[in-house]
Amino acid sequence: MATEVSPKDAVELTSSSASYSPDNPAPLIEPPRARTRRTPRSTRTNFELYGWLFMRLSGVVLVVLVIGHLLIQLVLDGGVTKVGFAFVAGRWASPFWQYWDLAMLWLAMLHGGNGLRTIINDYAEQPNTRVWLKTILFTAVAFTIALGSLVIFTFDPNIR
Amino acid sequence: MPAGTLYRGREGMWSWVAHRVTGVLIFFFLFVHVLDTALVRVSPEDYDKVVATYKTPVVGLLEYGLVAAILFHALNGLRIIAVDYWTKGPRYQKQMFWSVMGLWILLMLGAIYPVLGHAARDLFGS
Repeated sequence: MATEVSPKDAVELTSSSASYSPDNPAPLIEPPRARTRRTPRSTRTNFELYGWLFMRLSGVVLVVLVIGHLLIQLVLDGGVTKVGFAFVAGRWASPFWQYWDLAMLWLAMLHGGNGLRTIINDYAEQPNTRVWLKTILFTAVAFTIALGSLVIFTFDPNIR
Repeated sequence: MPAGTLYRGREGMWSWVAHRVTGVLIFFFLFVHVLDTALVRVSPEDYDKVVATYKTPVVGLLEYGLVAAILFHALNGLRIIAVDYWTKGPRYQKQMFWSVMGLWILLMLGAIYPVLGHAARDLFGS
């Protein structure tokens, strides 16, 4: 089917593609990450897309949570000099601050963990090294999230 | 440094490098910070003992560095989001980078007194 292309709409071809025409088509270039039957199972999901999206969404929330945290801990009311067990007890008496800190803990650990995963993927070239570093990273992130959550929810102001 | 590892330089590459470096620093701080806070489950005395070291002038300087890393990472992160989602973001990425640096310097100047004031009083008396 021949379609008329007015000169106004025609794309001007550069020297590298000028010789291609409907009779002499350019070679088909496969998308570099096309999923075929031979694609490993682990890369068939949209995990990286959701990871990318998570970094942006958690990032926006963390800007608010962390800058608020810095203001409370380091700037307002004497800055760091007021921080102590009594100060922590006062803040965690309120569920609002418990959930603030819990959200900050989870989002920051997952945001940082995913960031470090990207860095490991970028710089560790040996498959063995990558697996080891990511295993250590995953363990450390899981441990820290679990410990932090436990501390927030089992906090006892009358421990002594 | 192997040949070819330096990408194109300028604002785009260096903000990317600084974003990585500050991100890693903040992440490692976060581990330590969760561990030190976990001491509230051990005893008030142990927690207060560790927090007392955070009030020394040397650690105060480290805290100022932490604030610097966090503020840069936060502001540049918002710039990255703008580059990704704002139609004109890529075109203005350089201007946004220098706005980030300007705002960062202003905030860091503003943080000197609240974050380092107690260290100055310790060192030079009040």
